[in-house]
Amino acid sequence: MSPLALSGTPLASGEAGVPVVPTAVDGVFSLLWLVVALPALGALVLLVGGRRTDRWGHLLGCAMPIGSFLLALVMFVQLLGRDHEDRQVAQTLWTWLDVGDYTVQMGLLFDPLSALFVLLITGVGSLIHIYSVGYMAHDDRRRRFFGYLNLFVTAMLVLVLADDYLAVFLGWEGVGLASYLLIGFWAHKDSAATAANKAFVVNRVGDLGMSLAVMLMVATFGTSSFVGVSAGMPETSEAVATVLGLLLLLAACGKSAQVPLQSWLLDAMEGPTPVSALIHAATMVTAGVYLVVRSNFVYELAPVAQTAVVIVGLVTLLVGAVIGCAKDDIKKALAGSTMSQIGYMMLAAGIGPAGYAFAIFHLLTHGFFKANMFLGAGSVMHATNDDVDMRHYGALRKAAPITFATFAFGYLAIIGFPGFSGFFSKDHIIEAAFGENWVYGVGALLGAGITAFYMTRVMLMTFFGERRWRPDVHPHESPAVMTTPLVVLAAGSLVGGVLILGDWIVEWLEPVVGPEEHHELFVPAIVLTGLIVLTVLAGVAVAWSRYGPSQTIADTAPTRVSAATRAARADLYGDALNEAVFMRPGQKLTAALVYVDDVLIDGTVNALAALVGGTSGTARRLQTGFVRSYALTMLGGALLAIAATLAVTLS
Amino acid sequence: MNGYIPILVLGAIAFAFAVFSVAISGLTGPKRYNRARLDSYECGIEPTPQPVGGGRFPVKYFITAMLFIVFDIEIIFLFPYAVAFDSLGLFGMVEMMLFILAIFVVYAYVWRRGGLEWD
Amino acid sequence: MILLAEFESPKVEYATISPLLIVVGAAILGVLVEAFVPRAWRYPVQVGVAALGLLIALADTVRVGLALDTLDAGLLARGSLAVENSMVVDGPTVFLWGTLLVMSLISVLLFAERRLEGGLTSFAGQAAALPGTDAEREASTRGIEHTEVFPLLLFAVTGMLLFPASNDLLLMFVALEVLSLPLYLLCGLARRRRLLSQEAAMKYFLLGAFSSAFFLYGVALIYGFAGSFELADIDAAVSASSGANAYLLGGIGLMAVGLLFKVGAAPFHAWTPDVYQGAPTAVTAFMAACTKIAAFGALMRVFYVAFGGASWDWRPLMWVVAILTMVVGSVIAITQTDVKRMLAYSSIAHAGFVLVGFAGVYAGTGDVVGVTSVSSVLFYLAAYGFSTIGAFAIITLVRDAGGETTALSRWAGLGREAPVLAGTFAFFLLAFAGIPLTSGFIGKWAVFAAAWAGGAWPLVVVAVVMSAVAAFFYVRVIVAMFFSDPVDIKPAVAVPSILTTGVITVTALATVALGVVPGPVLDLAQQAGAFVR
Repeated sequence: MSPLALSGTPLASGEAGVPVVPTAVDGVFSLLWLVVALPALGALVLLVGGRRTDRWGHLLGCAMPIGSFLLALVMFVQLLGRDHEDRQVAQTLWTWLDVGDYTVQMGLLFDPLSALFVLLITGVGSLIHIYSVGYMAHDDRRRRFFGYLNLFVTAMLVLVLADDYLAVFLGWEGVGLASYLLIGFWAHKDSAATAANKAFVVNRVGDLGMSLAVMLMVATFGTSSFVGVSAGMPETSEAVATVLGLLLLLAACGKSAQVPLQSWLLDAMEGPTPVSALIHAATMVTAGVYLVVRSNFVYELAPVAQTAVVIVGLVTLLVGAVIGCAKDDIKKALAGSTMSQIGYMMLAAGIGPAGYAFAIFHLLTHGFFKANMFLGAGSVMHATNDDVDMRHYGALRKAAPITFATFAFGYLAIIGFPGFSGFFSKDHIIEAAFGENWVYGVGALLGAGITAFYMTRVMLMTFFGERRWRPDVHPHESPAVMTTPLVVLAAGSLVGGVLILGDWIVEWLEPVVGPEEHHELFVPAIVLTGLIVLTVLAGVAVAWSRYGPSQTIADTAPTRVSAATRAARADLYGDALNEAVFMRPGQKLTAALVYVDDVLIDGTVNALAALVGGTSGTARRLQTGFVRSYALTMLGGALLAIAATLAVTLS
Repeated sequence: MNGYIPILVLGAIAFAFAVFSVAISGLTGPKRYNRARLDSYECGIEPTPQPVGGGRFPVKYFITAMLFIVFDIEIIFLFPYAVAFDSLGLFGMVEMMLFILAIFVVYAYVWRRGGLEWD
Repeated sequence: MILLAEFESPKVEYATISPLLIVVGAAILGVLVEAFVPRAWRYPVQVGVAALGLLIALADTVRVGLALDTLDAGLLARGSLAVENSMVVDGPTVFLWGTLLVMSLISVLLFAERRLEGGLTSFAGQAAALPGTDAEREASTRGIEHTEVFPLLLFAVTGMLLFPASNDLLLMFVALEVLSLPLYLLCGLARRRRLLSQEAAMKYFLLGAFSSAFFLYGVALIYGFAGSFELADIDAAVSASSGANAYLLGGIGLMAVGLLFKVGAAPFHAWTPDVYQGAPTAVTAFMAACTKIAAFGALMRVFYVAFGGASWDWRPLMWVVAILTMVVGSVIAITQTDVKRMLAYSSIAHAGFVLVGFAGVYAGTGDVVGVTSVSSVLFYLAAYGFSTIGAFAIITLVRDAGGETTALSRWAGLGREAPVLAGTFAFFLLAFAGIPLTSGFIGKWAVFAAAWAGGAWPLVVVAVVMSAVAAFFYVRVIVAMFFSDPVDIKPAVAVPSILTTGVITVTALATVALGVVPGPVLDLAQQAGAFVR
């Protein structure tokens, strides 16, 4: 079949990842389809129902994900009560494709991994829906907004619940579409429309990886279901595993804004802030991490691909952090931070069994504290007439105390302040990185320091120091419908760390990713933790010295800055690189082809005509018909076709 | 490849002849342009009727010519059919009738649409 | 004379080829209607004859399909040769017939739309009247219509039905001409922008004749090689011949040119944008869907059945053509500023995607069947046919004083003006782009999977990259419709009659259905099985 399958030797089965062996649904699990169907119904009613649903649309929009969340919670509790080996249940909905012996069932898989994701998506999703009721109150297209949000939730649930890579791809494209619609929601802003397009196009590059991976699976295993692929992996060659791993990584890079496909995320901040919180912080952008962890049975057999994942994660965590340092736009600073934190997750996921559980753990805690901070940023913008420039903030802690307090919880969590959720999750990742390779460890540690710096900068510029508000701005606290979700998320940012108590999450995910491998460190773990805390404190101190209350902050960003700052402001030249590597050659190619199609052929004909006709003008007049040039193309093509056929065989 | 050499030679000769004819007439032919030379038929006969608006023949010529060709083709099929009439039997009879009917329908169309009227 | 005594009367299996006879019968009836029915009655009678003829033919096709004999259970080959081996009615033939008849039935509805031009069809009132003359004005004020378009369409459909069902290269050539000639004529019959339309018809005719000549010359060379026009005999000769044969290879190359021209593959694509743009949109829709279906059917039959033994000789050629077609179609489409032209380039790109499945030449190995090249191509053609007719049907509705307005800039802001229409168009574009839950996704997936299984994975990689590029220009149109402000004059959306509305609804539903539950149709394509030789 695939030429790749012919080379290399099958690997010994001992090193394989964990096969997926689900049992059929029963009891409450038979309602699994409803988890997806509820928001789907919501989207349908809101988008098809039109203006009739304007009045109560947002309420329906909130009710649907809440319903899904409650349902998922019940199932989660049920799953808790089961034995380890019974914790994977699958429900087959309908046969999507049935061709010869290749079948794709539209099926759902509820296992420890997807259970956590479903809870995150519907839980944080519900909170953000509620928040949006207030945030979008003055937008006359609020109903449509909720329709898109529900659509997004549906697609995201399909992505994490699907039991077949092809069906994952369905959700994958679905979230892309919803994200496109939501980034461009305020399409009257040119920047929003452009950003939406950029996100779409960059994501298509990632999707290439996904579609090719599915093709390769079908060609190699005759199936693309998790069950079939995970069962077939040990028999295949390392070459196939590596290619598969790299293709899936490409897909993950596109969706999760990892280097080199990171550039769209910063622009995506043009969307309404709840969108940034839900899609571009808590859920969709973590889909890449989900994919890598879910595909552990692929990566376990492909060390090269694993290393690639680690390198991508490491580079992104540093790049994102550096970009975050230079942004004055509060949402872009947070977006840089998102990239960086997902980099941590990728790093952990690439390490293998020693890191899978921590990747997911950090993903969950990040889901809480980053959504919290984005919504906080939204609340700040709400207070300052949608100004996003932090240089125009300052001293907002008194004007918006609840926002300040909740934001502070998120802040402490992300920098890894002891006791907060981020402390536990990041600590474990850095530890695992050191356990794998000291270079990884140092990189991750450095990232933690930079994170502390830029987050302190955001905190200080926004809530402390002097007032730098515009004259017409009268900051005020947001209504309760917005602050309540903030409070809940802040609580999550604080206590999210409990998931690790007694290594709960590691054990919980064991049926999916296998038991954790623990690497011995060169120093006791407590020393390393101390080192991390010291690094974080150093980052905070540097930020304090530059942006502390005693410092004056210029109203516009200073222009006489170092080359490094300029680079960071320009997103480390990510766009410039894309332009140079993809866009310009692409444009050149297009121009060249159009030129060949339009000008060159006609030109040749005309030139020939002039040459042949020479002296008389009549000959030229005969040559004005374009049909001749078309016929010439055909003739040329025919000659080439025949010459090629003959050359291939007669040679 | 030997079998193809005659074909190649033939092609080459045809090409050479075409090039030669064009070139030689340009080189050796007398170039005296006058009104008669620029007419449609150099013998001096005027095309009738005179084309209106420059260079177009009335479409009626073409209709008549095409109808004639269709009749021609009908006859071409009828001849061999007549020769093999016996061996084809009823089958041939029916098929031929269908064929003639199809052509007849077209003539009916042309007739009803005024294609047979000259003016 | 003595020899003639041995002449045997040929056998014609009327019952097997009856769908074809019904359509041609309806076409001839249409000519009679044109001759004898009073002008006022012609339109309803013609529409009725065309629609009814196609419907009966469709029902008859189902009957023929159910009655196919099984020849080889393993390869799922069923069917039989007919009319002294010059035709073959097998699984793929029946599937193609069904698809073609459904598509042409939908096209008839588009042809019959009269509300958009104030009670007249969108075809020229009197094609013989020169554009801009008094005669033309008089024809339009008197409300004259060319109801001949319906018989012309039926004649073209006859050729299309015959084209992929030919088991004999001469008959195939006849079919090619029968399908082409009415199309040339239809292309020149636009009511608006008549010069553009006539130019398109002229170009199509000249280049079509040119390509037919290639095809015919190829047929002659193949006859020289095999001593027969029958595909099975050619196959036997190919298997028996050792080493390369210039007659065979030259014949393959020339026939490929003729067939690739009809599907609009590069570098034989140059006519497509001009003709698609100039032809009346209903005709463009019909051509884009049906000609492609018929031509790909014939391409597969000739190359799989007759030249299957020499597939390693023509595969490199098809690979190059497929890649070139995808690249040219996808990349040049990016710079188009006219929606119709963009869809033309998009159709070129889609021809490239189908060629990927075709060039994979995968018929299943051993007991592993999976998606074969034949079934994937058949499905793709059906899926693409529906979406493309739907998309062109929408184009007929966006108008200004001068008729349809196809400049992309004029479509700006359509999303606000007519959200449902623009949304449906966006949906068709997403289907073209191959977004999941649309038919386009399943179609692309099927051809790519078949090609990959056939070992053509480099081709698949290019195809996937090119479908990403293609997505870019589809999105451009969506952006223009929803995210841009209209320039100076807003586009007006005409309210069509139930005919066009019905076409759009049916095609949109089909596009959804083939994406969400493609099972039945995909299964049908799979059941069509292999070609009978």
